[in-house]
Amino acid sequence: MNNYLLIPFLPLAAFLINILLGRNFLKEKAHWVSILAVAGSWVVAVMTLVDTMAGKTINQDLYSWIVSGNFKVSVGFLIDQLTVVMLIVVTTCSTLIHIYSVGYMHGDKGYYRFFAYLSLFTFCMLMLVMANNFLQLYFGWEGVGLCSYFLIGYYFDKKSASDAGKKAFIVNRFGDFGFGIGIFMIFLTFGTIYYEPVFAQAGGFANNTVNFLGYDVHLMTLIALLLFCGSVGKSAQMPLHVWLPDAMEGPTPVSALIHAATMVTAGVFLVARCSPIFSLSETALMVVALTGAITSLFAATIGLVQNDIKRIIAYSTISQLGYMFLACGVGAYSAGVFHLYTHAFFKALLFLCAGSVMHAMAGELNLQKMGGLKKYMPVTYLTMLLASLSIAGVPGFAGFFSKDEILWLAYSGPSPVGKLVWAIGTVVAFLTAFYSFRLIFLTFHGKFRGTHEQEHHLHESPKVMTIPLILLCVGAIASGWVGIPHLLGGGAHFTEFMKPVLGHPEGHGTHSEEWMVMAVSVIAGFSGIGLAALFYLVRTDIPVKLAAGLSGVHKLLFNKYYVDEFYSFLIVRPAIWTAKNILIGITDAKIIEAIVNGVPKAIGGFSQVIRKVQTGFLQHYATIMATGILIIIALMLLR
Amino acid sequence: MVPLNWYLMLSATVFMIGVFGFLTRKNIIIMFMSVELMLNGVNISLVAFSHYLQDLRGQILVFFIITVAAAEAAIGLAIIIALFRNKSTAHVDEMNEMKG
Repeated sequence: MNNYLLIPFLPLAAFLINILLGRNFLKEKAHWVSILAVAGSWVVAVMTLVDTMAGKTINQDLYSWIVSGNFKVSVGFLIDQLTVVMLIVVTTCSTLIHIYSVGYMHGDKGYYRFFAYLSLFTFCMLMLVMANNFLQLYFGWEGVGLCSYFLIGYYFDKKSASDAGKKAFIVNRFGDFGFGIGIFMIFLTFGTIYYEPVFAQAGGFANNTVNFLGYDVHLMTLIALLLFCGSVGKSAQMPLHVWLPDAMEGPTPVSALIHAATMVTAGVFLVARCSPIFSLSETALMVVALTGAITSLFAATIGLVQNDIKRIIAYSTISQLGYMFLACGVGAYSAGVFHLYTHAFFKALLFLCAGSVMHAMAGELNLQKMGGLKKYMPVTYLTMLLASLSIAGVPGFAGFFSKDEILWLAYSGPSPVGKLVWAIGTVVAFLTAFYSFRLIFLTFHGKFRGTHEQEHHLHESPKVMTIPLILLCVGAIASGWVGIPHLLGGGAHFTEFMKPVLGHPEGHGTHSEEWMVMAVSVIAGFSGIGLAALFYLVRTDIPVKLAAGLSGVHKLLFNKYYVDEFYSFLIVRPAIWTAKNILIGITDAKIIEAIVNGVPKAIGGFSQVIRKVQTGFLQHYATIMATGILIIIALMLLR
Repeated sequence: MVPLNWYLMLSATVFMIGVFGFLTRKNIIIMFMSVELMLNGVNISLVAFSHYLQDLRGQILVFFIITVAAAEAAIGLAIIIALFRNKSTAHVDEMNEMKG
């Protein structure tokens, strides 16, 4: 059965149809093609899930892509437990977000273009997760990056949007550079870039070192860290996180699909997929765990004080992605992927709710101008509240199970930094609950703070938008139920399911310790919610006073630790200066122009001289010919 | 009997008269006639060698040259007449259309 091929190629077909026929023929009906294609992918993905649950995995080459010497690579598909989870996440979110977009993008002049790119993105993402070799993974990786660029800059007539698109693309170059070198290193070491032989042989190289830039480094650490470079860029971890908040310039469904649920989790997927390599290097794992922990803390603190509704959720995404890396870094890959899977639902839901709010507020993003929207938009309110409960880790919701699993495995795992990242993770759980509910309270509770016209305009979104919200809400609540830990009487089915690919994380601890970890994270979550309620419902004067009292801290957080300014000073402005003064001023004007203009000028000048020979008089030519013959004869005689 | 060298000298003289005529005279008809002189200079040496070596191939070659010269004269004169009709002159210095 090859019907799994439909999963990526249906969206590709939809892309081709929309991009070729959308402008002139499909127009306002463009969404039908895309939605049907993606829904078809979803159906096949579910069938594949059933097959995989029965223990059937697929690793098949479709056709030979590149053959050069001993370098062979095919377009091939690997469908195992990890892939199938990603397939479900991607196709489910993509389908619901496609449907939501029908309402959200209604009447937009680039309607067909939007759906075409959304389908292309889905195709690339599916190619990424279904690859059975690193090159195809890289193809999907760059493909999603390209679609991300297209869609962030979707409103390309707006300068901030096109700038944000460029920023996302350029910042990702830094990470992908390392990723590319990582793939070269893999080929150099193993002589192949197929997952199966690479992972099978990785153990044999566990103690090898390699000379890299003049230093002897542990081979597996080097490869793992180079691959992790790519993850850092794509998943917006420190220090390459700067592009994700700006990416919110794109339409909200794009933020939900690409910059929350799917593309940004590709980095986590990569680490999980390469777990056989990462597991061989304690250093690399430690770097992954610490990067994740620091990023999650860092982004969560910024999220506390922002006022832009989408940016708060963007920082929340960065923070939660940090959580996933934290999990991978302590060796709990399946917990990381579990969080990826639950996070996709509640974060996509949060974004779509934010989009629904923006829809009602005529594009307003500032929290301080909202308030009291509860009575106008009950469905949006309820779904967003449930999503926030889920992200805050309230027991019973999806976020609780995945977060608890990560914290427990961090606490009890063998990692040397486990306790440290557990502590950071718990603090972040508190912060997450706080800023998520700050968002809820400022948006939906209290009095309306916007203009009179805005208040008049307030309305619940149409059904085509609210139904995807409700369906995602089901996911945000129930998706975690497949991974209820043994402690709470569940079967931990998710970990069991992942075991063949990601191994079984070892946690060494007593039941009482496990209860303790769970209790601490639940208390952290509830106290975050409680504090947000106190600050933004009961004593609304406290945040103002606090911001005034700690103005230094507030300013630092509000300006995102000045990272953008730092990069602007360190990289952007020197680059622009170099471009203007050296590349344009010297290289281009003095060197390239000189060559480009000099060559024809020299040829022209020489021909001015030489053309005089061509007099047009027959007898001149004849004389030259006769003289030539005489010279030749003379030479022959004198020889 | 006349020695071979005399024939060859005559041949060279006739050929060089043709060459100098072609290079120095400005009237296109005279230049054309100079070309014929060159051809016939060559013919003389061919016939002389043919007789000297007792080999008829030289004389056969002369027939060929005479035939080609006749054809060339027909085409050449036609071209000259066409030129004269266009330019109303037979002076080669007025014909420098190919000047670079």
